[in-house]
Amino acid sequence: MQTFDLEARGLRELNSTLHALKGQTNMSAWEVINPKGAHAIAAGLDAPVEVTVKGSTGYYCAGMNKQATVQIKGSAGPGVAENMMSGTVIVEGDASQYAGATGRGGLLVIKGNASSRCGISMKGINIVVHGNIGHMSAFMAQSGTLVVLGDAGEALGDSLYEARLFVRGKVKSLGADCIEKEMRPEHLELLADLLKQAGVDGKAKPEEFTRYGSARKLYNFNIDNADAY
Amino acid sequence: MCGIVGLFLKDKSLEPQLGQMLTGMLITMTDRGPDSAGIAIYGTDADDQWKLTVQSANPDADFEGLDAALGKACGTAVKMTRKDTHAVLEMAADKIDAARAALKRLRPEVRVMSAGDTIEIYKEVGLPKDVAARFELAKMSGTHGIGHTRMATESAVTTMGAHPFSTGADQCLVHNGSLSNHNSLRRQLAHEGIITETQNDTEVGAAYLTWKMREGATLGEALESSLSDLDGFFTFVVGTKDGFGVVRDPIACKPAVMAETDQYVAFGSEYRALVNLPGIEDARVWEPEPATVYFWNH
Repeated sequence: MQTFDLEARGLRELNSTLHALKGQTNMSAWEVINPKGAHAIAAGLDAPVEVTVKGSTGYYCAGMNKQATVQIKGSAGPGVAENMMSGTVIVEGDASQYAGATGRGGLLVIKGNASSRCGISMKGINIVVHGNIGHMSAFMAQSGTLVVLGDAGEALGDSLYEARLFVRGKVKSLGADCIEKEMRPEHLELLADLLKQAGVDGKAKPEEFTRYGSARKLYNFNIDNADAY
Repeated sequence: MCGIVGLFLKDKSLEPQLGQMLTGMLITMTDRGPDSAGIAIYGTDADDQWKLTVQSANPDADFEGLDAALGKACGTAVKMTRKDTHAVLEMAADKIDAARAALKRLRPEVRVMSAGDTIEIYKEVGLPKDVAARFELAKMSGTHGIGHTRMATESAVTTMGAHPFSTGADQCLVHNGSLSNHNSLRRQLAHEGIITETQNDTEVGAAYLTWKMREGATLGEALESSLSDLDGFFTFVVGTKDGFGVVRDPIACKPAVMAETDQYVAFGSEYRALVNLPGIEDARVWEPEPATVYFWNH
């Protein structure tokens, strides 16, 4: 385990040190101390390393992550794991706006609550939130899976494409073209696997969730709506 | 983008450090607003004197003999404390209106930043650290205070366009965002006798709350009604003589983090602004919900 004091050495040195590990296959472990809400901590990693951030982070922590496992021992500011490609990002506390936005792969686990626009425009990432999520989550979500153990805010899944949404608690309202769907065996299996990966450990069972998805009514222009334009 | 910081103390023993803590928070938010900075600070209420905080672009000329001239015009003793481009004029509470009228006549270029029992507002163009140093903000004590770092969008980078805005006694407001119905609202408020001094959208937001409170609303009720009457993006932090409030518009794009301990309630546009507060590690830290009013009273 190598310890990096962010306050003493600065963000540029941290990220360039971690970027220099690209192409290395040996798993190394890093601990970042004194994050103090700084922006872009461990953004743009591309190596199978483990980074533990000992505290809360600002904007875009672990953005664009590939391969790495980044664990935040606090809360995360806006855009955590934005555009993640692969790897795992775990937030022990809460996450602010647009967590996992546009993510293309990997797993984002938020052990507290996520605020508005969680998983907006997600394109393949899997997101598991142990608590609640805010309004406009999974807006225009294209693929991947969003799992919420708590409640969802207003306009869940507005203008949704093919992402799968599973909510265990209440949904305040569904967005345009997002509907409740039947839970089939393959969905239960998918959920069981994601809950296990996210360390939910029996806190929630797949059968307790409701599945939401796209009604696919916005895919094609409906001539009956021509007057609206 | 703008930066907001706010600190409402519950623990009286922290009052001498209010200015120091707020200054640190304000400077951390420089990246969000390097154009100008300002701070409203509510001092301890020691006597029945009220304060008029004024600003001038030519302070040497304008403040020379101002206390004596105002005192003569209003028939009262006026104590003046000058800080750079600003001066605090202390006088009997019932002389404040007469002093404002006399000020327009005696020193037409001098602007009133705030009036009230405990509020003082200091704001200027420049980097937050320079603004803080000019007014020696770190040395100020008080019960609560609000600071703002500005990246201008809706009106020019001038002293009068900087935040906080004060449109009523002991009231102030800072804003991150932009209002889109400020022109029509400004005209409506003028009909109600509430006159704004600038073309700035935020001043209209402040004037709107002043109007609501003048009509009998509490701070909480005024903030609640702003959610339906103001159009645009906003995270507001508001101060009154004994209160501190926060509200975000329903879309809530503009960031906000709050922290509460037994000693204080703190607000920051980002968590970074809060990291050096005492006991932050064990504070309850949360993101204020959209379209939800939060307020605290002493």
